[in-house]
Amino acid sequence: MSNVNEHKSHVGYGRYVLIWLILLSLTIATVAVAGIDLGKLTLSVALLIAAIKSALVINIFMHIKFDDKIFKVFLLVALMTMLVVFVLTSTDIFFR
Amino acid sequence: MSEITTSTDILTEEVTHEHSHVHRDDFGAKIGMWLFLFTELLLFGGLFILYMAYRVQYSEAFHFAAKELNIGLGTLNTIVLLTSSLTMALSIAALQRHKKQLSLFLLGSTIFMALLFMVNKYFEWSAKFSHGIFPGSADLMDRDKGEIVFFGMYYAMTGLHGLHVIIGVILLSFMYVFVKRGSVNPDNYIKLENSGLYWHLVDLIWIFLFPLFYLLH
Repeated sequence: MSNVNEHKSHVGYGRYVLIWLILLSLTIATVAVAGIDLGKLTLSVALLIAAIKSALVINIFMHIKFDDKIFKVFLLVALMTMLVVFVLTSTDIFFR
Repeated sequence: MSEITTSTDILTEEVTHEHSHVHRDDFGAKIGMWLFLFTELLLFGGLFILYMAYRVQYSEAFHFAAKELNIGLGTLNTIVLLTSSLTMALSIAALQRHKKQLSLFLLGSTIFMALLFMVNKYFEWSAKFSHGIFPGSADLMDRDKGEIVFFGMYYAMTGLHGLHVIIGVILLSFMYVFVKRGSVNPDNYIKLENSGLYWHLVDLIWIFLFPLFYLLH
């Protein structure tokens, strides 16, 4: 119990490098997509790519995927709180 | 006399006891770090909400003003931060495998890239300043209200993020010394792990700042 890390299998170097390559590709993709006029979809596509990148960073680099379940619950509660605040504020902005 | 001996004995016992079962709560430390990261999330979250509200209100001005930002420098900084996140994660992985020198090299690379990010930011902001675009400047105040708001948000959000990068540099420099001295080692590296979590959060925030400010056209 004194050292939780001992119970975890360590993530290999290769996996990190792979995730990094995917993150770089997504960055290039988001810059490329920005050059194309997609109208109202532009923001959605940019945010979707940012969300995918975040999920990769949180799951692999920040070890959420391999960590205790409690961290996932924590993160979910925090993100849901953020979402609720965003949605409620949006309703005020868009339907004022 | 005997009393002294007894207390010394107890003391010796306590010391050895402490060494065999060092009381540490890595799990608790990590939970504490995540809780701190959530407060950071709320801090930036509030600014993102403000950004959303203003972007809806001044949508045309935002698109117009965003064209003045340097996409090349923005993209470069995104790549620099993503790579620093990789070296950070690899540095922890190397320490776990008892490769201290490799871990130090990777941690040093992370610090180097964080500084590189700030150097790019310096050039980017200097260019803006020389064009008379900075908060409260006469040139900016003559512009459309929406553009003033855009650059206000730009300086506030990338500035706060930049401050986090500087704090990250200081934090990671301490970690470098700790790893070098051995107080952070393969059996006890929760400090390095938590610093890594902080560094990844800085990267995460930039992942959203970049498309929202630079890729608006």
